[in-house]
Amino acid sequence: MSIPLSWYLLLSVALFCVGLFGVLSRRNAIAILLSVELMLNAVNINLVAFWRYLDPARMAGQAFAVIVFAVAAAEVAVGLALIIAVYRRRKTVVADEIDLMKW
Amino acid sequence: MTGAQILFLVCAGLILGSAVMVVTARNLMHAAFWLIAALFGVAVVYAILQAGFMAMIQVVIYIGAIAIMFIFADMLTRRDVRESRAQIGRNWPVAVLLGLLILAGLTALILAQPGVGRVAPALPSGLDPVAALGKALVSPDAYVLPFEVASVLLLSALVGAVYLAFLKKQ
Repeated sequence: MSIPLSWYLLLSVALFCVGLFGVLSRRNAIAILLSVELMLNAVNINLVAFWRYLDPARMAGQAFAVIVFAVAAAEVAVGLALIIAVYRRRKTVVADEIDLMKW
Repeated sequence: MTGAQILFLVCAGLILGSAVMVVTARNLMHAAFWLIAALFGVAVVYAILQAGFMAMIQVVIYIGAIAIMFIFADMLTRRDVRESRAQIGRNWPVAVLLGLLILAGLTALILAQPGVGRVAPALPSGLDPVAALGKALVSPDAYVLPFEVASVLLLSALVGAVYLAFLKKQ
C-alpha cells in the first residue's frame, strides 16, 4: 500500500469536475443524472480513502459511503420516474424544454 | 513505482477516460455503457483500498441496478434528442471554465494540506472490515441512526417512484 493519500483525492477531484461539467452542459435530463452519478462516486472514493488512511479501526468512512449508496439509489429511482413522467406528458427529455415553471 | 501504484494509475486513467466519454458521448446508450466502465474502475479502486465489501456493492448496486435503470430509462425515452441535435448545450464554455476553476482550486487546496503524502497504515490485526462495518451500522453508539434514516429514505423513494410511474394521462 504505497499509494499516497493525495492520489485518491486528486482522482476524486478530477472525477467530480468531469461530472460537474456534465451536469452543467448536457441537454438531456437523463445525461444530467448520469453525470450526478459520477459526482457521487467521486465523493465515495474520498470517503473510503479517508477510512483506509486515517481511521481504519472505526468504520466511519465506509458507513457513510454505504449511506451515499442508498441516497444514490433513491435519487436515481425518483429522478428517472420523474423524467419518464415528464416524457409521457410533454414528449421531451431536454432540460431546456421542460420550462413549465420557468418565469 | 510499485505494482499497486501502476494498477491505481491504470484504474484512474480508465475512470477519467470513461467519465469524459460519459459526459461527451452523443448517443446516450453509449454514455450509459461508459458509465458502467467508470463504475467498474471505481470498484477496482475500492479493492485497492482493501474495502472489499464496498467493491462488491459497487458492482451489485451501481452496475447491476443503477446503470441498468439508466439504460431502461434511455430506451423508454428514445427517438428524441439522439443524433439529430447537439447533446451539449450552448453554455458549454461556461461549464468547462467552472469545472477547470474548481479543479484547479481543489487541487491546490489538497496539495497544500499537510499529511496528504502519507501512505496507508496497516490494517489493525484482527480487524475484519466487513464484520466491523456491519456492527457499526447497527450499533447505537455508532451509525444506527443514519442507517435507519437511509431505510426510511429508500422506502419513501420506492413509494414516490411507484406513484410517479402510475400517473394517469390527462
